[in-house]
Amino acid sequence: MDILTAKDVCKSFNGNMAVDHASLNVEKGKITGLIGANGAGKTTLFNCLSGYYPAASGKIIFDGREIQGMSAQKRCKLGIARTFQIAKPFGCLSVIDNVAVGGYNKAKDKAEAYKNARESLEFVHLDHKAEELAFRLNTGEQRQLELARALSTKPTLLLLDEVMAGLTPTESEEMIKLIFKVRDSGITVLLIEHIMPAVMKLSDKIYVLDRGKIICEGEPKTVVNDPRVIESYLGKAGAAYAKNN
Amino acid sequence: MSIQFVQTLVDGIMMGGVYALAALGLSLIFGVLKITNFAHGAMMTIGMYSVYVISTYYGVNPYLALPVSILMLFLIGYLVQRFLIQRIEHAPAHNQLLLTLGLAYIFENLLLIIFTPNYKSLQVEGMEKAIKIGGLTIAPAKIIAFGVVIVVTVLVYLFLYKSSLGLKVRAAAQNDDGALLMGIRVKEIRGIAFGIGAVCTGIAGSLLVPVMSIYPTLGEVFQLKCFVIAVLGGMGNLWGALISGIIIGLVESVSGYALGGSWSELLIYAVFILILVFKPTGLFGRGNRRDK
Amino acid sequence: MINNKIEKYSIIVLLAMAVIYPVFSNSYMISVGVSILTIALLGQSWNLMSGYAGQFSFGHAAFFGVGAYTSSILYVDFGISPWIGMLIGMAMAAAVGVVIGFLSFRYRIKGDFFALVTLAFAEILRVLFNNTKALKGAGGILIPYKNDWSEFQFENDKIFYIILLLMVILATFVLAVISKRKLGICLIAIKESQSAARSLGVPVLKYKLIAMAISAAMAGMAGTFYAQYYGFIDPTVVFAASISVEAIVPCIIGGAGTLCGPLLGAVIIVPLQELSNSLFDGINGLNMIIYGLLIVVFIIFCPDGIYGTIVKRVKGEK
Repeated sequence: MDILTAKDVCKSFNGNMAVDHASLNVEKGKITGLIGANGAGKTTLFNCLSGYYPAASGKIIFDGREIQGMSAQKRCKLGIARTFQIAKPFGCLSVIDNVAVGGYNKAKDKAEAYKNARESLEFVHLDHKAEELAFRLNTGEQRQLELARALSTKPTLLLLDEVMAGLTPTESEEMIKLIFKVRDSGITVLLIEHIMPAVMKLSDKIYVLDRGKIICEGEPKTVVNDPRVIESYLGKAGAAYAKNN
Repeated sequence: MSIQFVQTLVDGIMMGGVYALAALGLSLIFGVLKITNFAHGAMMTIGMYSVYVISTYYGVNPYLALPVSILMLFLIGYLVQRFLIQRIEHAPAHNQLLLTLGLAYIFENLLLIIFTPNYKSLQVEGMEKAIKIGGLTIAPAKIIAFGVVIVVTVLVYLFLYKSSLGLKVRAAAQNDDGALLMGIRVKEIRGIAFGIGAVCTGIAGSLLVPVMSIYPTLGEVFQLKCFVIAVLGGMGNLWGALISGIIIGLVESVSGYALGGSWSELLIYAVFILILVFKPTGLFGRGNRRDK
Repeated sequence: MINNKIEKYSIIVLLAMAVIYPVFSNSYMISVGVSILTIALLGQSWNLMSGYAGQFSFGHAAFFGVGAYTSSILYVDFGISPWIGMLIGMAMAAAVGVVIGFLSFRYRIKGDFFALVTLAFAEILRVLFNNTKALKGAGGILIPYKNDWSEFQFENDKIFYIILLLMVILATFVLAVISKRKLGICLIAIKESQSAARSLGVPVLKYKLIAMAISAAMAGMAGTFYAQYYGFIDPTVVFAASISVEAIVPCIIGGAGTLCGPLLGAVIIVPLQELSNSLFDGINGLNMIIYGLLIVVFIIFCPDGIYGTIVKRVKGEK
């Protein structure tokens, strides 16, 4: 069953089609990957899905409801949470307060919000920094914080925008484990990722975006061997070279 | 159309030109430096007093005093940018706004201490007699002012778009880091840009000395109007500022003629809010909307 | 962001000073005290909207003036007690705040452009009140003196002082409560990153409007007090841009986004102005130069304000 379906989503900036009739399905309980070269429109598509800005046209269906006209905050209430490519911690709030902002999403009162927050912090192993001010966290911890914040909104679908960017190999390993743990807790994951080995390892299904269009979809193994994908990543000459060697 | 109405139109255009020049400076400072300059009106007043002093105490024709006023305003603008605003380059935007507000208080009240709050006016030889064309009366000083405004606007345009220094200014406006990498001394360039912005408003002020009485807080009258014009024309858009200045001059004189002076003020502010809310890039687009 | 212990003790000390102050004060000192508290109240009002929620207002005079005019017109023309007028004035100010906020936030005006919108609104109200006969025009309103507490009038200025002190305490208390609750935390989140807050389910527009409404109501309260205390208002005074500046400066000097900052700022700035006034009595304008210098120096060298810097130092954040 699909928890999220995008149909012919388009978005342009000043006449440039950043996302051009992109369609994808995210299966419930699975991890879906979205890859593509720089500037392929991954983040734009993500922003359309999360409601950061509206799609110009197309349908987005979440849990059987059309949500393309909804604001980000309403989508969050419905159960879509996201992280940002460039972490956006609320610097002058403590870590626990940061997470509580998300915790309030489905909470009745302060106690419940902070209970959600604490659970999420424990989940991402950041509870030892709960009282720290957010701007003092290092990059890896900021990523964990982003994740904890998103999780504390109690989502059913989590959109992760390059959560591994800037992480050390060890931190990346930890993050991969965390994402699996998120999936195992019953949350569906859609992720954008640059680091191919990580995507290969994580994803049950991968979509490839090139110049705003979905050019390929399928299991990780099929996708990486698809000539169109190789070409999109390496360019024509590179693809020819890869083929001949 | 009655001759009185035509007279109103002509007056509006003449005054609008001067507004435009002051607003041009503001627009330039915003477009290049992204600074909302609340000291702009006060800088205009400094321009006025510099001309007044030179021509009263040294008996120089006020138009010949212009170069001194230009030099002075350039220095003030340059120094303010280099040694004050530059220090808080990375602070939140509103801190820069407040800094310029503090400077406005300092400038205005220095003028107040030096020159007292009394109105001062200048009699310029050969300017007393209004020129009559048809039924219209136009003060020669206003015609000169309008001419100077056009010349200065063209010069600023040529500087920005045809000179190599102007190219650097625009590059610095586009992308600080990139400009720095290309070997442009960004701080220097930013100082120059602020200086030129200050010069524009200073000239506008100087041009008004022969046609109106001046006092230390006169600049406040022009401050918000400059914002209106600069936003209407699109922040950073030179020709937009020129056209908008004339539009605002016209709106002011026509609505003043039809409704009375204070209502025209109301109308202008209302237009301002509508533009800010519905078309913050200005009437002619291309304006910078400051996004954070 | 707030070190609770320092905050608590600072506020207690300031409060104790404020309570003891009238006991030893002559009428001049009381008038200075009233100025300090007025600035403190305006400062707290600005602090909520701009210090906490990060929406930089340059037009708090609009709310101050609406508060002052509402209660005064209701009193003079309809005989409604200014106590009730104050509440209605606060509601009116809040309504104006919501209108300005809705227009601006709905169309994504922010930063300096938001400041300009608020400034333009205050100017519009000034011109409007100045030219409308029904609103008493440029002549303003003289509040008839009755010396009756039920009419918000007292013979003894010390009572005015105490009333205003209670208002400042109320405002500070409201801010303290808000800052600990969902609203406060979400407002800070909005200030830091609006898009992140939105993606976490924070109703950004609604919260910003609530902040504006409460902030405007506080400024409206200050407006009514001003009208009752001084007994006279006119548009050029209560809608003056200088009122908007007076709401900002104590926060800059004390520290915006902290509970204690605006109070401390007010305690510093007003006596300093009084001092410069009396020292340089003959030189008109010198006190304003000092005011301007203070703004420049603080913005450049101490942008977190005195209190904000102390807290940072104590927490070792430098």
